Amino acid sequence: MFSRGYKAAVTLPPLLWVTAFLLTPYLLMFCYSFWSVSPAQIIVHSWNLSNYGELARVDVYWQTLLRSMWIAARVTIFSLLLGYPLAYFLSFYGGKKKDLLYQLVIIPLWVSYLVRAYAWKTILGSDGVLNTLLQYVHVTKHPLEFLLYSPFAVVLTLTHIYTPFAFLPIYAALEHIPHNLVEASHDLGASPGQTFWKIIFPLSIPGVVAGATFAFVLSLGDFLAPLLLGGPSGIMISNIVVSLFGAAYNWPLGAAISFCMLLLVVSLLFLSERLEKKWSYA
Amino acid sequence: MKRHNATSRPSWLLFHALAVFAFLYLPIAVLVLYSFNGEGVGGFPPHHLTLDWYRTLFADGPIWDAVLNSLYVALAAVVIALGFGVPAALALERAQFPGKALFRRLVLLPLILPGIITGLSLLMLFNVFGIKLSLLTIVLGHGTALISVATTEVFAGLQKLDRAQEEASLDLGANYWQTFWRITVPNLKLPMIGAALLIFTLSMDEIAVSFFLIGRDNTLPLEIWGRLRRGITPEINAVSTIIFLFSLLAIVFWYRLRVRGEAPAEAEVEVVTALEGGVA
Repeated sequence: MFSRGYKAAVTLPPLLWVTAFLLTPYLLMFCYSFWSVSPAQIIVHSWNLSNYGELARVDVYWQTLLRSMWIAARVTIFSLLLGYPLAYFLSFYGGKKKDLLYQLVIIPLWVSYLVRAYAWKTILGSDGVLNTLLQYVHVTKHPLEFLLYSPFAVVLTLTHIYTPFAFLPIYAALEHIPHNLVEASHDLGASPGQTFWKIIFPLSIPGVVAGATFAFVLSLGDFLAPLLLGGPSGIMISNIVVSLFGAAYNWPLGAAISFCMLLLVVSLLFLSERLEKKWSYA
Repeated sequence: MKRHNATSRPSWLLFHALAVFAFLYLPIAVLVLYSFNGEGVGGFPPHHLTLDWYRTLFADGPIWDAVLNSLYVALAAVVIALGFGVPAALALERAQFPGKALFRRLVLLPLILPGIITGLSLLMLFNVFGIKLSLLTIVLGHGTALISVATTEVFAGLQKLDRAQEEASLDLGANYWQTFWRITVPNLKLPMIGAALLIFTLSMDEIAVSFFLIGRDNTLPLEIWGRLRRGITPEINAVSTIIFLFSLLAIVFWYRLRVRGEAPAEAEVEVVTALEGGVA
């Protein structure tokens, strides 16, 4: 029903725009990763693999990447542990207040990321809210120093930020489970535990995979929470990239790390898509 | 339909839910409370409740300049994202073209990709073409990255749309342009407003992409970031509290609009599920 002219008119502008401002920049990042910086701080367009060689050779890049993945993995697990039972509670026992409770989970998403990370800093600091509270009620005599400027603070803050992201797809998956399946399971004499593990949980796996992908990928690339709350032991891979694009001035090496992150993220997305397809019942 | 017997609810689930809500709202409560704390940020219990920080805030020129910059960026980002995102949704639903699958993935990628990658790749683009960094480069970054939001929202709306109306309009002699403005757009009003609100809020709050594309003029999050690095004052709490109130107003506004609309669209869920490749 739509003419060729119509199709061209809706296709070409976004296609050109996305090519210019998304595809070209990502490809340019790939090109940059083969270039190098001369001693005079000029970017040399010489094509070689020396940046990737350096990444493979120097331990600090690997260690930081692994640490970032470990932080992201912990954030993912905690977000799921917080988000899944909450989604289950809302979906099955939310009753009349379901919509309101759902909105209450969403609202923190509308509060600035930066501001929430900063609020955690004021809570965890050595003269922060938590430490002064603990001293006020005489639980501790001296401020607990490990709270702030540690991987703990980064994991806590990122878990706070990504729990709603983990919650959303799980809740959507639970809401789409046909009621008659659950009722049939009850009617046929299954216990609540059996119904959950044999019916509900397997049907919610696509939501879990989506939520986990979100929490993992977004926290893996974070650089603001580590800068604000991480201290030296909480440095993540993106912080290295930021410094390579700033004071350390080595854009090509930074581009090589970014491109590796891009590949990692895209392969994780691919994998999660496969997993979701495998587990979806539709 | 009642899904479970209310009496069979395990109480640990209720406690868990309450604990998660407490965890989600604790920082927000601290933020608001300490914006009135005369003693500065931190310290328990808060004392000397005062409005001084709000007075300081209203006299603070650079903050308000940054607010204006952010409003300009967010509005321009809404225009770009809708301007390209709506046709992109139409293209994905109605046209076949080579590279369509790649196009779809590319459009959605910036939402799931850590902001640093999109920000840096755009920085390299502007650098190669000698474009000076300014608010305009941030607008281009936000507008492009947020096309994804407009596309997913409008695409979901299109799938619920009855094509017979458009067909009738075309049969009765209206051209495509007239049909688009008089039939397609009015039918997509709700997803478009939802997308605009979401894009606006995301842009107002965006920092990872802006971080690399900033010129001389700061957006509000970058102004706040600069101050956080110098030391923390309750003035930041005050400005954050005000932004939070505006966000709440936007949510209430959107919620009422949705309740009035025929088909309630779960904006956030649609974006989130589309990200996982669910679109088209």
